[in-house]
Amino acid sequence: MTGSQETVFLQGHIIDSLILAKVLDTILMMGGTFDLQDVKIGATREAASQARIVVQAPSSRVLGEILQAIQPHGAAIEREGDCRFEPAPSPGVFPEEFYATTHLPTQIRLDGEWVEVEGLEMDLGICVDPAKGRARTVPMGAVTAGELIVTGRDGIRVTPLARPAERDVFGFMESVVSSERPHQPVIADIARRMQKLREWHREGRAGAKVLLAGGPAIVHAGGRDALAWLIEAGYIQVLFCGNALAAHDMEAGFYGTSLGYGLAAGRSVPHGHEHHLRTINRIRAIGSIQEAVRSGVVTDGIMAACVRREVTMVMAGTIRDDGPLPGVVTDSMEAQQAMRAEIHGVGLALLVASTLHAIATGNLLPATIPTVCVDVNPAVPTKLADRGSFQAVGLVMDAASFLTELARELGWHP
Amino acid sequence: MSRLLVCPPDYFQIDYEINPWMRRANAVDSTRAVSQWHALMDVLSHDVGAGIEQMPPVEGLPDMVFTANAGVVVGRRALVSRFRHPERQREEVHFERWFREQGYEVLTLDKTLYFEGAGDLLGFPDTWFGGYRQRSDIRAFPKLGDIFQREIIPLELIDARFYHLDTCFCPLSGGELLYFPSAFDSYGQAAIAQRIPDARRLVVPEEEALRFACNAVCLGKQIVIPAGCPRTAQLLEARGYRTYAVQLDEFMKSGGSAKCLTLALD
Repeated sequence: MTGSQETVFLQGHIIDSLILAKVLDTILMMGGTFDLQDVKIGATREAASQARIVVQAPSSRVLGEILQAIQPHGAAIEREGDCRFEPAPSPGVFPEEFYATTHLPTQIRLDGEWVEVEGLEMDLGICVDPAKGRARTVPMGAVTAGELIVTGRDGIRVTPLARPAERDVFGFMESVVSSERPHQPVIADIARRMQKLREWHREGRAGAKVLLAGGPAIVHAGGRDALAWLIEAGYIQVLFCGNALAAHDMEAGFYGTSLGYGLAAGRSVPHGHEHHLRTINRIRAIGSIQEAVRSGVVTDGIMAACVRREVTMVMAGTIRDDGPLPGVVTDSMEAQQAMRAEIHGVGLALLVASTLHAIATGNLLPATIPTVCVDVNPAVPTKLADRGSFQAVGLVMDAASFLTELARELGWHP
Repeated sequence: MSRLLVCPPDYFQIDYEINPWMRRANAVDSTRAVSQWHALMDVLSHDVGAGIEQMPPVEGLPDMVFTANAGVVVGRRALVSRFRHPERQREEVHFERWFREQGYEVLTLDKTLYFEGAGDLLGFPDTWFGGYRQRSDIRAFPKLGDIFQREIIPLELIDARFYHLDTCFCPLSGGELLYFPSAFDSYGQAAIAQRIPDARRLVVPEEEALRFACNAVCLGKQIVIPAGCPRTAQLLEARGYRTYAVQLDEFMKSGGSAKCLTLALD
């Protein structure tokens, strides 16, 4: 979390005496900002007024100075209690009153100190280690019996995201998803970010990875070459997908079809429906996608690019997957855990043409990570944009057009 | 008849330094102090016509003479002060006992809230003003407002020489205010101006403010002020008040004057 904050309470005849004005002016003059919450004006002349003020400062030192300056004017720090916690009653079970996380930066109060919760993610519990003064999120299924889990709502602070300083599409996000929205400027902004992140990644900076979660529509719609180029050019470091994207990508390489449709001809090919099965079977015979690429069986496309560029791939299986391909994680809890592990270090997430993977990934991401969701179905970007993040951009458009335009912005000349 | 609580200066001296006026080296001339105090009593009882209630002084508590800081009295209720400095905290039990013996309902605030009585709480019938920062804690005023059902406007005291509100702010019976604006910050000055129209604010010149011209006792149209404040006397007389100047320079060695030496009982 950036900056520090504390809530103070002011009461008395604070309006006519200009005490409230003085306190607010003092906060601003000393380099802080405030959020005036809950102002109650006394109903009669004799009745006191009250105000609750959230004081924010760029550092805890400045915050301390501000609090010291405003306390003599009656601003009393609202002493919050420590958070409460209870041991998990059995493996995979939270205590009854467990606190459920949001995807926003969260702190808990342990022994009078505010502690940052690690592993920001929504809909999890918070596991506490009071001895080490640390806290991390934990999925319900992963909790072990006796682990201390935060309960109730006391001593928990959730910080709303500040509007990002960048004046690009992420800074102006209005949570509106519309198919009428012009795409080009949005894609240009995404491209600029990806360029910056690639530089940062090359410099070895943290939080510079780009994650793409995609569905097979990328291949069906003709976005394969553009995505392969983006990967080859070093713009993507992590790929989340299912069995289908990988299978149809390699099918396109072997047969020139995607789910039996000739990608060049644009019509179904005799016995084309078998192509992806034969593809999967061939890779299963080789043992792994990596080996298939290394041995020269798979030479082009998304999988080949990922293997060559050492992109981290998490392939999560679903019900009635064909095969599946080697490497597909068929235990959904294991897949979730594998995806969660790769979120760390991501600075931009592109969720393209997959309701399943887009929503799963979206729910794993902290609100602090800029996210772009692209789908022809407005329901998908709308759902993700409604997660209350300033930094989620929804585009209602076809995956191939998006990837092609994005790659072109970044210098692709097919 | 207005009644005032006073305490004879039998043990008055400078034993410690808790305001910029006090210097232990600047010893009190006890004989002079006693005669100045009696002169004040004489003016208050004979000229002004106030009823005087004396409480016994206590050896070792030199500032008990300043009864304005005993507490605040409204009707039959007395709220006893909680002094900021330990030197004066020892006076609290004696003031409390006196109020109790006189049959007052005695009230106290939380021990952590400093509040120095009528020295920091003054006003007009419906609006009171509370001085804070030097001695009293601003957080005492919402509680006092609740207890006495009055609006209390807190005013920050920014000059250590004017460490109690009654050293720089004196509401008069006719609705005027005698005060020294520089003792307050701009917010305080604006808050005062909002409540008391320009025509009713009488500004004391600095040299007389430093002689504690504002530490005056106003009863009806009669005002007792420290000697050496002719311009203040003129201001007051122009408004139809009768002024009585009393020499109280021995008490100024301790940072107090006429008002500090009295507490209005009703």
